[in-house]
Amino acid sequence: MTQEIKVVRRVLAVNERMAEQNRRRFAEQGVFVLNVMSSPGSGKTTTLQKTIERLMPATRTAVIVGDVATTHDADRLAVTGAPVVQVNTDAFGGDCHLAAHVIEKAADDLDLDAVDLLIVENVGNLVCPAEFDIGEDARVVVLSVTEGEDKPVKYPTMFRLCDAALLNKIDLLPHLDYDKAKAIGYIRQVHPGMPIFELSARTGEGLGPWVDWLRARVEAKLNA
Amino acid sequence: MHEMGIAQQIIDIAAASIPAEMTGARVERVNLKIGRLSAVVPESLRFCFGIVSQDTPLAGAELAIEETPILARCKDCDTRWTIDEPVFTCTSCGGGRLEILSGRELDIVSIEVAEREP
Repeated sequence: MTQEIKVVRRVLAVNERMAEQNRRRFAEQGVFVLNVMSSPGSGKTTTLQKTIERLMPATRTAVIVGDVATTHDADRLAVTGAPVVQVNTDAFGGDCHLAAHVIEKAADDLDLDAVDLLIVENVGNLVCPAEFDIGEDARVVVLSVTEGEDKPVKYPTMFRLCDAALLNKIDLLPHLDYDKAKAIGYIRQVHPGMPIFELSARTGEGLGPWVDWLRARVEAKLNA
Repeated sequence: MHEMGIAQQIIDIAAASIPAEMTGARVERVNLKIGRLSAVVPESLRFCFGIVSQDTPLAGAELAIEETPILARCKDCDTRWTIDEPVFTCTSCGGGRLEILSGRELDIVSIEVAEREP
């Protein structure tokens, strides 16, 4: 005999509970958490490195870096003077994203009382990290002009979920056939009204408005 | 790509939902609701589930997946519609302030459990 048993539960309920716990902890300790996502090779690490250089020391910043393997990104970010915790997801089965419990553990390695802004550099992937809340205050997606213009419509969940998009490597535009207007049109189609920052982490062009946006968000939380 | 972890969560939740008195029960089917805006590919989920469920009470169970559409509501003119293409602007007023009513589900609705033959 077969019996149907009602369950009615979110499959990711465990992660969502842990994310809420993180969120409460970060609120109590006065830390703004930014979840940065992108495809591999969009220039996320360089963008963060340059962003942190502009924020420090006024905005005390720390970073959690997720990668499937290696500490290369952490090494590059440590140059900024910000405390960096590297998480290699291969220890958790080569995961393609950072889950809330991983952030909880990584945050234990930081002195959060001395941190205003915690940046989480998620694993390079436009699909999976969208499904995992980590307890962040804002999410941004980095894409670059060396990728296809249609990334936003190929990965609408990610672009819907984010609070801002950074379009990186604009210094390369003269050398590419990239249709920037088309890419921006796609972002607007998927997420109307989302701020889009066009910048080059390499040359520093366009970094100012992005850093100002982030700083304003951090200050709004810390002064709340 | 993260379907393996999702499959494991499904097994954990389903196994914990089998009533204690049904000793040796086998789950025949798991009824899931997965929104079109969730980052889960049903085919990969089925593949991963088949691997992870081995040697559990869910071995051989069928994943019955109901894919739920993306339903939106315009915050400006209150129009409601189903989003089929990745275009998130109001079909009526063209506004972009939307509330997503459904489409992000990733829920276990129920499990169908067979008792062991006496």
